[in-house]
Amino acid sequence: MNIIRREILALHTFEDIVLVRQAVRAWMVEMKFSLVDQTKMVTAASELARNAVEYGGGGSAQLEALADGGRSGIRLIFEDRGPGIPDIDQALKNGYTTGGGLGLGLGGAKRLVNEFDIWSVPGEGTRVTIARWE
Amino acid sequence: MDKIPILKMGHFLLVTIQVDMHDRLALALQDDLTARVVKDRAKGVLIDISSLEVVDSFMGRMLGNITAMTHMLGATAVVVGMRPAVAITIVELGLSLENLCTALNVERGMAMLTSQLNTSAEAGGHEHHQKGNPRTAHF
Amino acid sequence: MSAETKSRILDVLTRYEKEILRDWVKEQLSAITQGKDLLSEADLRRESAEFLSLFAKAAGSKYLTDITAPEWAGTREFLAGLSRSRAAQGFTPSETAIFVFSLKQPLFVRLREAIGTDAAALGDEIWTATVLLDKLALFTAETFQKSREEIIKRQQMEMLELSTPVVKIWEGILALPLIGTLDSSRTQIVMESLLQTIVDTSSQIAIIDITGVPAVDTLVAQHLLKTVSAARLMGAQCIISGIRPQIAQTMVHLGVAFGDVVTKASLADALAHAFTQAGVTVTRKQAQA
Repeated sequence: MNIIRREILALHTFEDIVLVRQAVRAWMVEMKFSLVDQTKMVTAASELARNAVEYGGGGSAQLEALADGGRSGIRLIFEDRGPGIPDIDQALKNGYTTGGGLGLGLGGAKRLVNEFDIWSVPGEGTRVTIARWE
Repeated sequence: MDKIPILKMGHFLLVTIQVDMHDRLALALQDDLTARVVKDRAKGVLIDISSLEVVDSFMGRMLGNITAMTHMLGATAVVVGMRPAVAITIVELGLSLENLCTALNVERGMAMLTSQLNTSAEAGGHEHHQKGNPRTAHF
Repeated sequence: MSAETKSRILDVLTRYEKEILRDWVKEQLSAITQGKDLLSEADLRRESAEFLSLFAKAAGSKYLTDITAPEWAGTREFLAGLSRSRAAQGFTPSETAIFVFSLKQPLFVRLREAIGTDAAALGDEIWTATVLLDKLALFTAETFQKSREEIIKRQQMEMLELSTPVVKIWEGILALPLIGTLDSSRTQIVMESLLQTIVDTSSQIAIIDITGVPAVDTLVAQHLLKTVSAARLMGAQCIISGIRPQIAQTMVHLGVAFGDVVTKASLADALAHAFTQAGVTVTRKQAQA
């Protein structure tokens, strides 16, 4: 499997979240992903980017275009040096509520992608990696 | 700072969301909208999201908040024009947007609000919801 | 072969490129039996030339026989593309792998000429070349396999699309008669197709009829529910009809709840309900005798 293209975007402000969404969308359009796949991935990216900005104190988003044999994939790595997630299993189970409250929504984001990986250590930071294949 | 315009259409207000909103803009919209509902004595609010390609949890919460606030002020909010890809993603994401009233487009939304307005006089309140009121099944 | 002794392969390739290309194309043409009409000689020559130049470029790298190294990326991409097109054209996997295998003979001949009588060195070079070309040929065969599977999958999807038509049965009312088993990918297509049609026709009611679905388990039920939820978010209502007695029993036993989704036993009942919702009344012209 190859990494054909790589780009790192800073994630500190809400405008940065928008930029990440636009970048992911643009890459996926170029790679000819279906509209639904694009929407799912961009939405997952938005969630994770938001987490990094809101709870992680800022960080970065790394975009990678992948090629494996004949098929293409896109991988995103969201990283922050924030407080970390104390109970990852619990976080993965959390749903969303419309009435406010923490919207870590990791479980939801996981459902939108093909591959999901999370590393988080309280006091050190969090890194979430997601990928979607054609 | 650019604000999202709110149009008055008879008894109702129309908001068209076209841009990626960040926190400040979203909060400004909530403030403006609630103020206008009161000021214009609006009976309904139409939120047109047909331009939105992505609705994440933040936007979903915002739509839920606007719906709840509008309801509390004695009016009904209808979210119209959600795109198929967005709807599919929201369902997969697990966003529970149960209290949302939805319609296919602005025209249908207006028809819904109008007929509700006409019948609410008899029913005596805004508990009476027409077809298309979603209460999402749990799974 | 140690890392210091540079392989003569690159040397031979660059010096004898034209001759190797000529002999190699000849080998390929004589080897291809079934697909002779599918590929023109000009195309074959062009593909072979491109491969040789990519091969020569990569052969100068340090990691000569490690085809997973980045230096071989270009060559791999080319072979993957070749496999895909050969698979699409209907060649067999062997014929496609022969593209690489048949390069051996012309290459070995030139290596022998270049190295002369040093048997040990010649042996080493031929071994290295064999290992390298075998790996590339296997890679070609593997990607060929993957391409074939992708083609089959795509054809299946196209057939699925054809077999799940969304029908407009009345102004603002759609019907989706599902026939056959519902798996994950099929349900995805069905869902997207229904939702898009809802938008295109501005229909507020969609009747999903599952009379033709033999078995409904929790997974299928979940998929149906997701479709209904998505349609609701868009402002349309779904009615599920065609629930047979066995299905009703299975669902209750499995603990699947359709919540407040309207369900009907027959399509006719669903249509009647839809008319009521849409404010449509149907009257008979004449009283029945």
